[in-house]
Amino acid sequence: MASAVVNFWNATLDWLTVALDAPSARAVVFGVHIGGHLFIEVFLLVVILFLLSQKSYKPPKRPLTNKEIDELCDEWVPEPLIPSLSKELQYEPPVLESAAGPHTIIKGKEVVNFASANYLGFIGHQKLLDSCSSALAKYGVGSCGPRGFYGTIDVHLDCEARIAKFLGTPDSILYSYGLSTMFSAIPAFSKKGDIIVADEGVHWGIQNGLYLSRSTVVYFKHNDMDSLRETLEKIASKYQRAKNLRRYIVLEAVYQNSGQIAPLDEIIKLKEKYRFRVLLDESNSIGVLGSSGRGLTEHCGVPVEKIDIITAAMGHALATEGGFCTGNARVIDHQRLSSSGYVFSASLPPYLASAAITAIDVLEENPKLITKLKKNIDFLWKGLSKIPGFTIASNPESPIVYLRLKKSTGSVKDDLHLLENIADQVLKEESVFVVVSKRSTLDKCRLPVGIRLFVSAGHSESDLLKAIESLEKVAASVLDGHN
Amino acid sequence: MATGTAKWIFPSFFPSLYGPSFHWFPHSLPLCPFFFPHHRFPFSNPSLSLSLSLFLSTGSRDSGSDLRSPPRAAAPLREASFPTQNPDPTTMIAIPYLTALTTYFSYGLLFAFGQFRDFFRKFFDWCSSNNLQGYAPICLGLEDFYIRRLYLRIQDCFGRPIASAPDAWFDVVERYSNDNNKTLKRTEKKSRCLNLGSYNYLGFAAADEYCTPRVVDSLKQYSPSTCSTRVDGGTTALHLELEECVAKFVGKPAAIVFGMGYVTNSAILPVLMGKGCLIISDSLNHNSIVNGARGSGAIIRVFQHNVPSHLEEVLREQIADGQPRTHRPWKKIMVIVEGIYSMEGELCKLPEIIAICKKYKAYTYLDEAHSIGAVGKSGRGVCELLGVDTADVDIMMGTFTKSFGSCGGYISGSKDLIQYLKYTCPAHLYATSISPPAAQQIISSIRVLLGEDGSNRGAQKLAQIRENSNFFRSELQKMGFEVLGDNDSPVMPIMLYNPAKIPAFSRECLKQNVAVVTVAFPATPLLLARARICISAAHSREDLIKALQVISKVGDLVGIKYFPAEPTKQQQGNKAMKYD
Ligand SMILES: Cc1ncc(COP(=O)(O)O)c(C=O)c1O
Repeated sequence: MASAVVNFWNATLDWLTVALDAPSARAVVFGVHIGGHLFIEVFLLVVILFLLSQKSYKPPKRPLTNKEIDELCDEWVPEPLIPSLSKELQYEPPVLESAAGPHTIIKGKEVVNFASANYLGFIGHQKLLDSCSSALAKYGVGSCGPRGFYGTIDVHLDCEARIAKFLGTPDSILYSYGLSTMFSAIPAFSKKGDIIVADEGVHWGIQNGLYLSRSTVVYFKHNDMDSLRETLEKIASKYQRAKNLRRYIVLEAVYQNSGQIAPLDEIIKLKEKYRFRVLLDESNSIGVLGSSGRGLTEHCGVPVEKIDIITAAMGHALATEGGFCTGNARVIDHQRLSSSGYVFSASLPPYLASAAITAIDVLEENPKLITKLKKNIDFLWKGLSKIPGFTIASNPESPIVYLRLKKSTGSVKDDLHLLENIADQVLKEESVFVVVSKRSTLDKCRLPVGIRLFVSAGHSESDLLKAIESLEKVAASVLDGHN
Repeated sequence: MATGTAKWIFPSFFPSLYGPSFHWFPHSLPLCPFFFPHHRFPFSNPSLSLSLSLFLSTGSRDSGSDLRSPPRAAAPLREASFPTQNPDPTTMIAIPYLTALTTYFSYGLLFAFGQFRDFFRKFFDWCSSNNLQGYAPICLGLEDFYIRRLYLRIQDCFGRPIASAPDAWFDVVERYSNDNNKTLKRTEKKSRCLNLGSYNYLGFAAADEYCTPRVVDSLKQYSPSTCSTRVDGGTTALHLELEECVAKFVGKPAAIVFGMGYVTNSAILPVLMGKGCLIISDSLNHNSIVNGARGSGAIIRVFQHNVPSHLEEVLREQIADGQPRTHRPWKKIMVIVEGIYSMEGELCKLPEIIAICKKYKAYTYLDEAHSIGAVGKSGRGVCELLGVDTADVDIMMGTFTKSFGSCGGYISGSKDLIQYLKYTCPAHLYATSISPPAAQQIISSIRVLLGEDGSNRGAQKLAQIRENSNFFRSELQKMGFEVLGDNDSPVMPIMLYNPAKIPAFSRECLKQNVAVVTVAFPATPLLLARARICISAAHSREDLIKALQVISKVGDLVGIKYFPAEPTKQQQGNKAMKYD
């Protein structure tokens, strides 16, 4: 029985072979016998290809009908554009009725002004006013164009050259607003994938720049060199092989959020060891630190070439507006076409550039201004450090004297409220204008809030004494009730 | 293509025939779709029937968004998808087939030469290896390729320094170069040129009999700066007056001002929008908006430039889909448009867009940088010109750098909105307040516009700019130039296309004392280089006629009259007589 089946099977196969071979019997193409199996193989191949070309099974898609979309659109309710305003949002700052010099007028009363970063007392300086008025007469107010399109005025170029000469750098570039300087310069040099190590206390302009650059950002503890070293060490081992990643350390010379001064000499050692570039914001140190006001590099005795990119706002010691970035020619030229805040914005009004030139001239002619400022800072720092209830967070040489509550109430909001009370009373009762540091909801800086005093070379000793005494008096009465 | 063009194809093929110059290429190659850097189609030039639209439209998907931002600045915007149907062809830029081809070819050639030179440069650098060991180069390879190999060669056409106020006529400082344009040195020599470049729409850039004395007074009273932020010691009585004045002028209940227009956009958007929100932005919005939108963390979608129907499509799709992945409904949606697009000269189709936004409950953000003061019967911008009620626009933004001849920007909106911004906006909290003399300039110029100075100079200026713009635009069109933009807009771009024509046009005009702005890659798509003319109320009729003569002559020389010229009146007259 079994053999019959086998026989039948063999016979069928034989027949099949003959039948298939018949059409191409003994055909030889390029030395290959065209056997029947080839037909079957080709047939199978075609089947496979056909199956491959078919889409895999998908449940039929049923896109939303127009009517359904209409309904969804009708149902959708947006949130209000802004959250409802609470009571705290009603804060109105005092209104100045005269220039914001060391003494100013608020509500008809003369007050001592510690709210303006007028470190060298240049507000109201006759030479600056003269240079502004002649620039206004010659150039008008605005420049009416971005730098690329006839918005470059000769004073801009002069000002850039003057800044570079003053700081001893090869070149510099002017921005039309202090805040935009950092957030344009950082994304111009650091892109996706690059690594930035930044201090956690940097101000919002820098934070925004870090965010916009889309680089990998790692924060280290505020002004803590051990934390910086650890962070660098970690990154160095993690990214050992990535030779083409740019690495930056981003710092402020004098931190706006705490008044701390960055220890540059140590940072330079670390930077050289781990091969990072340094981006330094000197907004609050130009014209203040160093024996001739050349900023943190001079203060720490570090050659300025060691810092790759220096930025600064001019709305502080130089008493004008705008900002600049300085460094070597490659760094500057790159920004002229790649820095968004420079390319896509109208240039600095020429009278402000001319004021900056004059301010640097005056500063160079009067090194005594810096000595006076340093003396004032020292005096105020010492005086305020004695006030009970407060600690001083700032460096003794920083022009921002930063008072913090010794005992926080536990919530930022209550702390702010308490401090604002003190500042209010000091202004109303003692005619001393001090301000509390404010925080935007977007600000990621988590350092404690405090009262900030901006010292000026224009303050007299009696102004400083008055500030110390009145703060002491008011703090005693306000904090007494709370502690 | 006009007759002149044919003979000028060659110079654009062979850059060395024109100046020391042309090496043009984007510095971030992978991001710039070289072969399809178009944002708008189709090619509707009937005189050159060879339409490229089919060939090119496949590549149209991801341009547009990053046109005006530096490389890598706008990547999220690229997620937008455009519809396949052709939008209204009248708003499209027509690019003749031959021109497109020669332009691509020129860029290709420039790129090849640049690469060639880079190759040798690398070799030399390697020989004299003075590179910082262990540091990645601060500008990576292709990032500044565009600058080194293309921009530098024609950099004399950009950033020309001036030595006077940017009025109708100004002094352009002459420069020379000893190293093939790598560095330019200023000379003492100046040439007096007609200014067709500055945004001095109303002529407030120069000294003004009403404004200037007041500005000087403010300078004396308040000094150039307050050295403080608005919330600390930077609010003077002048700042409050300015905000009130701006709110009244714009036609909104309240306003807040900042010291820079760019910062206004880029610091406000993150406050209002955040995670879970959607920003729908016109594809040609200014870089400050792009940066602000990116900084906000919201999802960004782009709609085709000035095409309301596409906006509606995007809105419907997005509302129906909700947030990506989670499909939760959006928290809020904001549509951002500009009043006048500065590189196109086009007016926003505001009434249609507002109607759509209202229908879909999206908030609207209108950037009037170029339109405030410049258009509208009393200078109140596109809302007034197009008959839109300002109450329908949620957030109105504008800058003072243009019409008002000052600096800074404003946001104006409801009282609550402004109050909220005053408490949360980083630019209000952390930036130096606007310089008092600049603030005074704005106040005074608005007073002049409103006639509060006791004269009718404001009304005259407004009439003048409108008349000047329309005259100039129609004359340019008659000559056969390809002029973009709408009537009444003082901005009129003239298309150049070929990279070689950029320096050619700019230098030839300057030789005849007419200063024009040429715009190329980072500010426009690579292929669509153009010259841009900004008309001012300060231009007299003679100025404009001189400008037209020069531009016509140079246009013939450079070959940019892409359309057949309309016969002049005299010729028409002759013809008419013959037919009689
Ligand atoms: C639409 C738009 N928004 C904002 C700005 C930035 O304004 P500013 O030049 O005052 O920074 C500009 C300037 O070119 C612009 O065109």
